[in-house]
Amino acid sequence: MSAKRLVQLTVNGKSYERFVEARLTLADFLRNELDLTGTHLGCEHGVCGACTILFNGNAVRSCLLLAVQANGADIMTVEGLARNGELHPLQRAFQDQHALQCGFCTPGFLMTAFAFLKEFPHPTEDQAREAISGNICRCTGYQPIVEAVLQASEKTASERK
Amino acid sequence: MAQTYIGTPIKRREDVRFVTGRGTYADDVKLPGMLHAAILRSPYAHARIRSIDTAAAAASPGVAWVFTLRDIGEAAMPVPMRMYKIAGLERYLQPLLAQNKVRYVGEPVAVAVAESRYLAEDALDAIEVEYEELPAVIDVAAALRDDVLVHEEAGTNLAAVHEIHIGDAATAFAGADYTRREVFRVHRHTGNPMETRGLVAHFDAGKRELTVYGMTKLLHYNRQVIAGFLRLPEHKLHFIENDVGGGFGIRGELYPEDFLIPFASFRLGAPVKWIEDRREHLMAANHSREITCELEIAARRDGTLLALRAKIYGNMGAYVRTHGGLVPCSTAALLTGPYRIRNYECRIHCVVTNKTGMGTYRAPGRYESCFFRERMLDMVAADLTIDPVELRRRNLIQPEEIPYEIGVTRPGGSPTVLDSANFPSALNRALKEFDYEGLKSRQGRLENGRYHGIGLAYFVKNTGGLEPYEGARIVIGEGPSVAVYISINVLGQGHETAMAQICADALGVPLEWISVFHGNTDLVPFGWGTFASRGTVMCGNAVHLAALKLKEKLLRLAGEQLNCDPAQLELQGGAVYRKGSAAALLDMEELVVRAREAVRQSVGRPELEETAYFNCSQLTHSYGVHLAHVAVEVETGTVEILRYMVVEDVGRCINPLLVHGQAVGAAAQGIGGTLLEELVYDENGQLLTTTFRDYVLPASTDVPRIESVVLEEAPSPLNPLGVKGAGEGGIVGTGAVLANALSHALSGMGLQVTALPLSPENVRKLIRNRAARAMF
Repeated sequence: MSAKRLVQLTVNGKSYERFVEARLTLADFLRNELDLTGTHLGCEHGVCGACTILFNGNAVRSCLLLAVQANGADIMTVEGLARNGELHPLQRAFQDQHALQCGFCTPGFLMTAFAFLKEFPHPTEDQAREAISGNICRCTGYQPIVEAVLQASEKTASERK
Repeated sequence: MAQTYIGTPIKRREDVRFVTGRGTYADDVKLPGMLHAAILRSPYAHARIRSIDTAAAAASPGVAWVFTLRDIGEAAMPVPMRMYKIAGLERYLQPLLAQNKVRYVGEPVAVAVAESRYLAEDALDAIEVEYEELPAVIDVAAALRDDVLVHEEAGTNLAAVHEIHIGDAATAFAGADYTRREVFRVHRHTGNPMETRGLVAHFDAGKRELTVYGMTKLLHYNRQVIAGFLRLPEHKLHFIENDVGGGFGIRGELYPEDFLIPFASFRLGAPVKWIEDRREHLMAANHSREITCELEIAARRDGTLLALRAKIYGNMGAYVRTHGGLVPCSTAALLTGPYRIRNYECRIHCVVTNKTGMGTYRAPGRYESCFFRERMLDMVAADLTIDPVELRRRNLIQPEEIPYEIGVTRPGGSPTVLDSANFPSALNRALKEFDYEGLKSRQGRLENGRYHGIGLAYFVKNTGGLEPYEGARIVIGEGPSVAVYISINVLGQGHETAMAQICADALGVPLEWISVFHGNTDLVPFGWGTFASRGTVMCGNAVHLAALKLKEKLLRLAGEQLNCDPAQLELQGGAVYRKGSAAALLDMEELVVRAREAVRQSVGRPELEETAYFNCSQLTHSYGVHLAHVAVEVETGTVEILRYMVVEDVGRCINPLLVHGQAVGAAAQGIGGTLLEELVYDENGQLLTTTFRDYVLPASTDVPRIESVVLEEAPSPLNPLGVKGAGEGGIVGTGAVLANALSHALSGMGLQVTALPLSPENVRKLIRNRAARAMF
């Protein structure tokens, strides 16, 4: 169990090297080794989506990956969304739409929505609703999250003009 | 002009830390030298423990300690009941770790503490427990036969009985034109906050002080109990919640782990963290809702309701937990709802079984009773050929009858009084907003292969009160800055914003000056907590009172500075004005500096603080109507919600954004609980739903766009702000309204829903059984 392996990866633009046990999950690695505790664990079996991160640009569940699988990967977590102290339009939209209450699922929704909007910058309401259907929120009833994704999509669209 | 932060949809100030990943939840707390605990749980529903061998586990790599109940020694106490302590229940309390027997799957048996959670879980694998499996009893009917005793020493599984007698139901039934009897059932499900339970306990052996992070809901009470357990002075315990990933009734109650983790830290002198995993949560944290109700109703031919008679059976699980008999008793407490029913009789049975213990889940008992009553009323309406709305209208308590005393409906309680309401007005508004009349023609109609149904359910929900007080302390610093310290905690509701709004208006300062601090037993010495929709009612009013007291003081200080009568002055926007004048005489910054200086000569202490407690034991009642339009596919049993609306009177709305958020979020939870979720056991007492693949929570594609209408027609007369709690109205009517809408959709087949959940499987079963019956 104790044989450790080297993991080299980039998280939010910063390079890290750590020796880790093969069984360490990527989520635990981010949270405990790198102190990036914005990535949350709601179920640890890949259903709730609270631990969603971007792995080489794709939204994935960090609880279902091992840290060693991330060797060489480029990762982005919720901590990487805001730039230079400015909230990302998605973050701002979540606040505007009251798309969070307890905030525990929020990082997962933000990362899921971030990846989705990269691929579908102008979604319909149904597409936005579908896109977040793999994440669970117990507080909001989802409608405000759908609205936030739509608001952010308009925002990114208008900024591009 | 008076400030009006109250009533304004102000965006939440807490959001920025959450959207940037900077919240601090229990698992985010890291302390130097911290150890990690994992808990060995029973794999059996009912078994005798022959032996526990922890030697190999204790010798596992990185293990600091493995302990069982014996190691706790004399200090070992059961988890106490906090409320609804009906006589008899005290025989069924849960020990901190299993002793000679395990009584449900998931019961804690031993604890391993190690350098990491991975190593602690490895150690659990090395603990040898020899069990002798016993037959399990999982449903109430079987448990009542007492063939299998969950607690042999008690001699029965019927833990307690409580009766309610209001009026004379027997005579009313004897003389009634019409009676009906039905057996209703609400299934076992629970809140499932996204953050599982978690604690970090740190006993500082030098100071002999214990700090616990991750405690929530009832910080002060929990501290008092744990202080007694560890035999430490209460004030040497500091309970801190930080951020909390949802509560919904489950989190923050005392569980065995709340004793075990502080105990481990106390013994080891090192910080100990325990984070529950989801499987543990589903089997160990409180379950709720499982109530069976045999309900009889008596009415006149014209629909006038005469009497209700009920037998309520609560499946309490293996141990009676902190809530005592609350869930079945609360089912009985408001069973008569907003209706004039003078004769009411109820017998409540608390029955133990080999399932997880029962506790509260958002609107505990009220979700259940709303389903029982509102379902029954639709059946009565059909029997008497009266429109369901008209039947309700004829029986609603009228505004001139308010305050309306129902009678004593709670054990040991004072009478239940509906304090303020305009029930007919809320009904009319709901019907209009939903265009109920317009939709009625589609009732039961087959359109494109689906049957349509429109349902409604009226609810009343007690809010506030329960525990008699909450407190707030407000301190003004230079800057100027205003610190509001509150006695309650926050599980996601947004108190940091709402309490600031209340303070700003009462004190007369800009919102931006205010910071709200919560969730720490050291901030305000006494308090209860956030539950039962009481946060804003109890603590919001404490903030209001403290702010008014402080304003009076500030105006006196200003009067001294300005050499004028304080009665002539007012405070608005952070400046002192002469009443009726638009020119500021003194701004707060100046006043604070001068006041701090001046007191040296006068009273000798800075006076820029006030504490107030708001006291009210009486419950204030929110009420309203849920409406739903559903379409049902007979072949698959799937129910699609085409439209859903919650109309709720909250007395006075502090922040519409938050109130709508509560209503919509609660309704979504209730829709999930009604259509999808169920904690399922097999006949051996094995819990089959231990992942989110088996226990299905609603996702964005399962929840419709929920419309929320917030009314302020009946401010509470029981508190200065006039507020009622808004946390539960959105969930209370969900089971009832969906069951009513579905029954209307399938009325052509003569189907009546009497049991939840309305899963496709159950709906199919209902249709099949009906078809089978029709054949014979």
